[in-house]
Amino acid sequence: MKLGILYSRVRAEEKLLFEALDARGVAYDKIDDREVIFDLHNPGAWREYGVVLERCINHSRALNALKILNDWRVPTVNTAYVASVCGDKLATSTALVHHGVPTTRVQVAFTPESAIKAIEELGYPVILKPAVGSWGRLLSKVNDREAAEAILEHKETLGSYHHSIFYIQEYIKKPGRDIRAFVIGDETVGAIYRASEHWITNTARGGQATGCPVTPELDRICVAAAKAVGGGIVGVDLLEDPARGLLVNEVNYTIEFRNSITTTGVDIPQRILDYVLAVARGEIKVI
Amino acid sequence: MQANCPECEAEITLDKPMRGEIIVCPDCGAELEVTSENPLALDLAPQEEEDWGE
Repeated sequence: MKLGILYSRVRAEEKLLFEALDARGVAYDKIDDREVIFDLHNPGAWREYGVVLERCINHSRALNALKILNDWRVPTVNTAYVASVCGDKLATSTALVHHGVPTTRVQVAFTPESAIKAIEELGYPVILKPAVGSWGRLLSKVNDREAAEAILEHKETLGSYHHSIFYIQEYIKKPGRDIRAFVIGDETVGAIYRASEHWITNTARGGQATGCPVTPELDRICVAAAKAVGGGIVGVDLLEDPARGLLVNEVNYTIEFRNSITTTGVDIPQRILDYVLAVARGEIKVI
Repeated sequence: MQANCPECEAEITLDKPMRGEIIVCPDCGAELEVTSENPLALDLAPQEEEDWGE
């Protein structure tokens, strides 16, 4: 039973995972995604892996590597399916709505003209974001029509075709924070609040992390969200709406957790490895 | 282990460098990547791309 860790660079998270594996005496291969070559007709040594844990920093590399590995019947955490849903906010939203998980209202349009209609139907302010993106990049809070027209034109003109898939999300009047919950398998193992005066609360943008209690309701919604996107190890982001309560904003499939171990009191790297090794032993079926 | 920052030439000492590890130059703040452990070699870390993240 071989274990592989596919990564792009050694961040705090990867170091914690390597150290935890060393402490357990578990052998593993470090696989740098800048060096891998996949010969589609010849899986070769890849088939010896009981599981490959994906830690790529590029969504495009993760998605394609996982697709190739899963098609070779190599179990991975997470799977290509989970990456394809979580890596695309539109796919995440349709999955959440399809599975009846409480989430924000989202409108989708393909031209600036139709997008303006959708925006005005939702009402200002409204949020525009690229379907593929992370760490709070290229998020727009659009407060009026003039700004909407300008941003839509810029997206259509300056971006690749992806940016003309207009993902239009209602603005939630959250209490100066959002919630990041960590789901491993079918349990919400911990959660943090991310507070910020700015409407974007990512810790990558300066959001401050503090512990958030995992209430039965939070656990239920987060596990449902994880199942809706295909399960595994995911980070669920939620917003607290004054009237409707907890709404899932998005789901992440290559979680960062360096700031979340002390704040949640949960040894997240160990819990990740418990799950990954159970997949390797065949106790958890992922593909 | 010692190496010079490729950006500002500052001398950087690391005790247990790991290939692929990202560090920040204490002098100029540039993000650097360990490209070799022994001998220690540092290079400018790749810039954030459109699909980077969680």
